[in-house]
Amino acid sequence: MTAVAEKAMQTDWIEVGTVSDIPKDGARVVKTPLGDIAVFRNLQDEVFALRDQCPHKGGPLSQGIIYGKTVACPLHNWNIALDTGMAVAPDEGCAASFPVRVDGGKVFLSLTPSEGCPNT
Amino acid sequence: MKRMKLVMVGNGMAGVRTLEELLKLTPDLYDITVFGAEPYANYNRILLSPVLAGEQTIKDIMLNDVDWYEQNGIKLHLNKKITRIDRNNRTVHAEDGTSAAYDRLILATGSNPFILPVPGNDLDGVISFRDIHDVDAMIDASAKHKHAVVIGGGLLGLEAANGLKLRGMDVTVVHLPEYLMERQLDPIGSQMLQKNLEEKGLKFLMGKQTEQLIGKEGRVAAVRFKDGSEAPADLVVMAVGIRPNTTLAESAGIHCNRGIVVNDTMQTYDPRIYAIGECVSHRGTAYGLVAPLFEMAKVCANHLAEYGIGRYTGSVTSTKLKVTGIELFSAGDYMGGEGTEDLLLSDPKGGLYKKLVLKDNKLVGAVLYGESEDGAWYFKLMREGTDVSALRNRLLFGETNLGDSGHGGQNRAAAMKDADQVCDCNGVCKGDIVKAIVTKGLFTLDDVKSHTKAAASCGSCTGLVEQILSHTLGGEYSAPEAKPMCKCTDYTHDQVRAAIREQKLTSIPDVMTKLEWKRPDGCPSCRPALNYYLISSWPKEARDDYQSRYINERAHANIQKDGSYSVVPRLWGGSVSVDQLRAIADAAEKFKVPEMKITGGQRIDLFGVKKEELPAVWGFLADRGLVSGHAYGKALRTVKTCVGSEWCRFGVQDSTQMGIDLEEMTWGSWTPHKFKMAVSGCPRNCAEATIKDFGVVAIDSGWELHVGGNGGVKVRATDLLCRVTTREEVLEYAGAFMQIYREEARYLERTAPWVERVGLAYIKSRMLDDAEGRKAAYQRFLESQDIYKFDPWAERAKGVDQHEFTPLKVVAG
Repeated sequence: MTAVAEKAMQTDWIEVGTVSDIPKDGARVVKTPLGDIAVFRNLQDEVFALRDQCPHKGGPLSQGIIYGKTVACPLHNWNIALDTGMAVAPDEGCAASFPVRVDGGKVFLSLTPSEGCPNT
Repeated sequence: MKRMKLVMVGNGMAGVRTLEELLKLTPDLYDITVFGAEPYANYNRILLSPVLAGEQTIKDIMLNDVDWYEQNGIKLHLNKKITRIDRNNRTVHAEDGTSAAYDRLILATGSNPFILPVPGNDLDGVISFRDIHDVDAMIDASAKHKHAVVIGGGLLGLEAANGLKLRGMDVTVVHLPEYLMERQLDPIGSQMLQKNLEEKGLKFLMGKQTEQLIGKEGRVAAVRFKDGSEAPADLVVMAVGIRPNTTLAESAGIHCNRGIVVNDTMQTYDPRIYAIGECVSHRGTAYGLVAPLFEMAKVCANHLAEYGIGRYTGSVTSTKLKVTGIELFSAGDYMGGEGTEDLLLSDPKGGLYKKLVLKDNKLVGAVLYGESEDGAWYFKLMREGTDVSALRNRLLFGETNLGDSGHGGQNRAAAMKDADQVCDCNGVCKGDIVKAIVTKGLFTLDDVKSHTKAAASCGSCTGLVEQILSHTLGGEYSAPEAKPMCKCTDYTHDQVRAAIREQKLTSIPDVMTKLEWKRPDGCPSCRPALNYYLISSWPKEARDDYQSRYINERAHANIQKDGSYSVVPRLWGGSVSVDQLRAIADAAEKFKVPEMKITGGQRIDLFGVKKEELPAVWGFLADRGLVSGHAYGKALRTVKTCVGSEWCRFGVQDSTQMGIDLEEMTWGSWTPHKFKMAVSGCPRNCAEATIKDFGVVAIDSGWELHVGGNGGVKVRATDLLCRVTTREEVLEYAGAFMQIYREEARYLERTAPWVERVGLAYIKSRMLDDAEGRKAAYQRFLESQDIYKFDPWAERAKGVDQHEFTPLKVVAG
């Protein structure tokens, strides 16, 4: 493995904190040079990450109310699926979703958005 | 697990709605089979009249097409009539030999039009008005023939007559009683209706009894009456009523009595067999309108899904004639009877007639002719059993005459053009709403809200949207009797709150477990409401769940469109010192606040503060003696004052000090919605106290107390509660009123709609007639203030809830 590739492998997953740093049914923000990413934790302790920007009017999704696998945007109450970033019908649009991994209570985030959403 | 087999006989609106509700609750419990006698999938029978009138097409009124059944795994047999139920072997058999076994059976066989037993009733050209087939026959006849006779001057008959007239036929309506629509109208309303329809070109033969239909070459040619007279007829439409279709049920030995008799869970005398819709007799009543049928569907689905918490207890119904250009609405017990009194407004020349029937100070019935836009409002007063004694001198003039100068939804939905905007928040026009209702098959306000966003923001156009719904669907639309809190439960706000109080529930998980919430952590609509009910019922014991509060209350600041926040420190009674002004100015300078504004509530708003900086700004202000203004909360906001007797040459009392005293007593308290007060120093009322939730106006001998005002989307002037003399009394009445509002109003219900819902008479009975109760409420208010009167900003400046204000991580570039 080249040194460059090795570096890429190491930098792709970033440790951003522990699951317990995020309140249940809550979210925290990770600030990155490419903009804010919201990291969510739901009631079942699943962790998700989305671009902190509602596809509707750019509202910060990290500030919304979380329920099930959905967050309701704080500005106009659009509902966004946490696992895919897709707006819940009948609304249309999506917020880019980012891979997250939980390992021993620690949360790792990739800054490369998952494919399938133009709004990265 | 093996699925149970559910078979439904009948494929109409009530039955299919039951399946839809069932699939929502439990998509996997049953294998479902449906038998329909008609060749069509499920269509909206209510809208057959507009189809006949040429205003809509069959395609427009389909509700569920064949694909829908397939997508939901439902086996659909069209054109197959079930003729036998074998209850021993739990099987149904169709005419053509098809059979299906069931574990549960739904009978949704609907009703049959009543055909007069007169000679000639089997001639060609004699039909009823019931299904697509009849409409096709009428449209076909209108193209080839001239004379139509409609027998029956009820709702359906008049709609058929109107449609045939619009299609160019010469139409005569024959009616046995002396008055049209005698089941929906009293004689005066009925005469006005007849006159109006005559102007549209319809002819009427009243008090005529049909004896025989005379044929010519197999087709009907004339109608002969008992008195010997005749009317030419190439088409005869019988619209003399419907009969619940009980043939199948009766042949299977199921108890019927003018309908298949069911209990409150829609079960027949054979508990495996449910019945629903127009074929049913529930507590002695058979319903022919869609709203009650949908309520039945909900209960039936709930029971089939084995939830077992819904009960159908009957419906109050309203009707509206779907004839374009004629406004007619009736609801409830419009004829009146023992113990009722009538309020009448009659202007036959101007084409206006209103009759309201009251019983025990409550509205129990209404007939509106000429103007029906207040129908939804009257219907609401009826359903909620509001005490209208305080309104009765204005009740007839409609909701717009209750001091509401805003656009409270009482514009004429019917007269609006398609391009007219209905929802000013989300820019939704009437045409968008009508289109969504028709093409997507919407029936409820919630459906319209989620599909169009109309009425989904500030809600001020809700009444108008309901009118458009009712106008588009005809009178058959009506809001459900008592709305569940949200889709997570079947309980209403009031039921949930009662459970919290009676069972002493103190946390959201407790409530959700005890009341069998359908989603483990609810939704953004119920969670904030539950949290509010918990902390207001059990201020000392309940756990305040911040994750169930809206962001503004969680962050103790108002979120702005760019994600930044605004900060409003409290200025007690709107008075301000040099030090406070300096502190605010210094804060603005130090934290580079881009913009400041004086608010409507006599305070100063600092805009554009980043969330991470909020605790520092608050700490800076707290060090200088300023506290949170709760401008972000469903809470006591401001107490606005005028300067009063200290300076003003007209002032009769010290209104500023009274404002400060009130604010010091009430600040920090959480309420169902925001709560604003004002104190004016004389009757000139410069503090505009008469559009506040609680308004105080100084008079020479003391203070006037006003309640239930609002200056927002829907302006409402306060109602005068009473006059008092001392400062202590003002505080006691203010505290007691706030406490009763906190304990009894529904979450997100401002005092104005609350006072209108429960009635001023009720508020007076609690506040004035029951002095002990008032003092006790005041005491409860003060006790809960022991807990909630603190500055959330100072705490957070010292580190409380730090996670809320700091990023999880900052990734360097």
